[in-house]
Amino acid sequence: MILAIAVLSGFGLAFFAPILSRRLGHSTGWILALLPAGLTVYFASLTPLAAANEPATFSYPWATELGLLFSFRADGLALLFALLISGIGTLVVVYAGGYLKGDPNLGRFYAWLLAFMGAMLGVALADNILVLFVFWELTSISSYMLIGYEHERESARGSALQAFLVTGSGGLALLAGLLLLGNAGGTFELSGLLAQGAVLRASPLYLPAVILVLLGAFTKSAQFPFHFWLPNAMEAPTPVSAYLHSATMVKAGVYLLARLGPVLNGTDLWLYAVGGVGAATMLVGGYLALIQTDLKRLLAYATVSTLGMLTLLIGLGSSHALEAAIVLLLAHGLYKGALFLVAGALDHETGTRDITQLGGLFSKMKLTATAGGIASLSMAGLPPLFGFISKELAYEAALEFGPWLTACVVAGGLFFVFVAGAVGVGPFWGKPKQTPKSAHEAPFSMWLGPLTLAGLSLLIGIFPASVSGFLVSPAVSAAIGEAVGVRLKLWHGVNTAFILSMLTLVVGAGLFAAREPIRSVLSKLTWRWGPAFLYDRSLDALNAVARGQTRFLQSGYLRFYLFTIVFVGTGLAGYTLFTRGGFHWPLDVLDVRFYEALLAVLILCGAFFATISKSRLGAVASLGVAGYGVALIYLLFGAPDLAMTQFLIESLTVILFVLAFYHLPNFAQLTLRRSRLRDVLIALLAGGLMTTLVLSAVGIQLYPRISSYFVENSLPLAHGRNVVNVILVDFRGIDTMGEITVLGIAAIGVYALLKLNLGAGRNREGEEE
Amino acid sequence: MEIILAFVIGGLFAASIYMLLRRSLVKLLIGLALLGHSANLLIFTAAKLTRGQPPVIDANATTLEPPFADPLPQALILTAIVISFGVMAFALALAFRAYRSVGTDDLDQMKSTDA
Repeated sequence: MILAIAVLSGFGLAFFAPILSRRLGHSTGWILALLPAGLTVYFASLTPLAAANEPATFSYPWATELGLLFSFRADGLALLFALLISGIGTLVVVYAGGYLKGDPNLGRFYAWLLAFMGAMLGVALADNILVLFVFWELTSISSYMLIGYEHERESARGSALQAFLVTGSGGLALLAGLLLLGNAGGTFELSGLLAQGAVLRASPLYLPAVILVLLGAFTKSAQFPFHFWLPNAMEAPTPVSAYLHSATMVKAGVYLLARLGPVLNGTDLWLYAVGGVGAATMLVGGYLALIQTDLKRLLAYATVSTLGMLTLLIGLGSSHALEAAIVLLLAHGLYKGALFLVAGALDHETGTRDITQLGGLFSKMKLTATAGGIASLSMAGLPPLFGFISKELAYEAALEFGPWLTACVVAGGLFFVFVAGAVGVGPFWGKPKQTPKSAHEAPFSMWLGPLTLAGLSLLIGIFPASVSGFLVSPAVSAAIGEAVGVRLKLWHGVNTAFILSMLTLVVGAGLFAAREPIRSVLSKLTWRWGPAFLYDRSLDALNAVARGQTRFLQSGYLRFYLFTIVFVGTGLAGYTLFTRGGFHWPLDVLDVRFYEALLAVLILCGAFFATISKSRLGAVASLGVAGYGVALIYLLFGAPDLAMTQFLIESLTVILFVLAFYHLPNFAQLTLRRSRLRDVLIALLAGGLMTTLVLSAVGIQLYPRISSYFVENSLPLAHGRNVVNVILVDFRGIDTMGEITVLGIAAIGVYALLKLNLGAGRNREGEEE
Repeated sequence: MEIILAFVIGGLFAASIYMLLRRSLVKLLIGLALLGHSANLLIFTAAKLTRGQPPVIDANATTLEPPFADPLPQALILTAIVISFGVMAFALALAFRAYRSVGTDDLDQMKSTDA
């Protein structure tokens, strides 16, 4: 129960955040941060349960017929993620208070940030994959709102939409994939699916399910070729970039892969699709990072590269690789979160994020610089920091798969060293440069976060055993699917991985030293035909199609709408009638009396002259002839009540028309001959179909008549001899009541229309007079 | 007789559709009236026709002896006739008011909501 409350508390507080923010002013961030701080403590207290393989669970039957349980389960992997979310969330909420100080929309910002936190915790802790999907989509929505927070800038809106469309369409694929998985495995509970690995891999649904799930995970985690939305998402305020687009949300895809790994892992498809895409993402992201000059975009591409490495490691799927992935997940959350917050502080205090304009700031921003320095050393993988351990593990895992893969991962490591230097060292050391604002130390709320995260990188690096037992082992066990004990060590001895690690550092430092020439050479090699270009073109094409079909279908001309409806209706009904062989010719062909045929000709003539008459009175008179003819038909075929009503109503209608004509203009020939011909054709087509339908329908009696009830009970129950009247006023009396009401409303409407004095109408009347 | 009426219904329907497709508002209303006739006749014919036997119980009988005309479609049509008159009256008033406000009965010129 507490578990579910913990997940949903973010949404609850989000609801009150705007009011609180108005009441509390500048201290809002500190007070709101109490919730994520409390959650961090709570999730930490659950870790012994997860380590003992008896995770805390919660389950509430929501729609059991659909296999939908509102269920959560806090195993090792989920808790590792939940701790990252709530821990970094605490620091980011505090940080945002300083970063967006004085912003009038801060309450809205907090609301979406907390809602995001709730959604993300839901993704991490959900046991039912449908519940997981709901929270997954909620993170996309809150991400959309947060990227577009400064909604008055067009680029922010465009980036928000881009991120939303890419992750949202991936989400649709994910939903389909999860449904297939659930159907193949017979349950929608993750804990149940985990036992169905062999069944799922043998299922014919395995291939489509994996492809669809991967699409969802890859779009969310910005894998190549969907990586382009992440750098653009840097339009968001920096706390959002640090939180959503580095530490947590973009890892949701990786998390899902790790989650489903024990079930789906172990096939060539998984190895090559996940591993291949991960490797490509790692290299493309790293390469693109080389040419960035904007601090945040640089970090974003480095994040893309890291996400690629994580995906690669999960794709490899060996126990070493998964261990390396989990450790990298944690290490990256710590150092990249810190680096983003440092970048935000730099932007906030100097007024620029351009790395070519930043330098020598150490003396002015000592604490920020310290945090940035430690975090970047961890990113570069220098001992004794946590990043070093994670890099060693990654190299060791890669070495099992041969030299090519090792080269790939080492290349990824080189990019990390380069980015670490550019963000953590470049702005603070070297020659001081003139910045738009004169730099000074960031406020307490803004250096607390980065320094805490950097400090953790250092502490865990020195005492890796502190996390390996309660956090890493259960998480790795969950990702592998069987209980393993992981012992993290700082010093592995001088082995191949260590030598490669040192080599990476040296070469990476060389790359960093030569950053200016590298950037100027590589930035000339940009190409336009990337995935972002394709995204823009397809969005344009979509809009063009939508505009075109709207212009075509929503022309604004009533007769075109009618034309379309009649044409399509006739076509569909006619097609069905003739292909299903529904046409029957009635038998009583010759049962016609002379005066009846004459009457039919009279009606048809009336209708015909009503259409061709050039005078209004002629048309209405012809309409009347047709109406009286219909009334005579009623009279002949046993419906005197109908005939009387029809005579009466027809007369009234004609009078009404004539009265209205007094005020209305004469008929004018408005349409061209060609369009009249087209209308005649469609009218004859529709009329012909009606004739055929009637001919076919008359001979068929699908169900016994229900009117026998009325006939039998008319006299005994209702004491009336005219069955039609009895039906109207007795059996279906309420219907008649409704009919009278309609007529009453119509009468009021007519009265109002005639008495209404519209401004424009009065003017025109005035002109006429 | 059903065959003949089938053609009458088709003819009325064709005429009404042709009129509904006109640009003149009044012609459209005439089309609406014709559409009502053809729909009513359709219901009437679909229940099979019986000559000259209204569903009225004789004064000295307690029940109807077949053949008699089906009373149910008649009840439906009776309602339809009255309702379509209400619609027609409202539509004519609306046309009159629209013509007063817009100054035209050409539907193509009534596309814009800006008077």
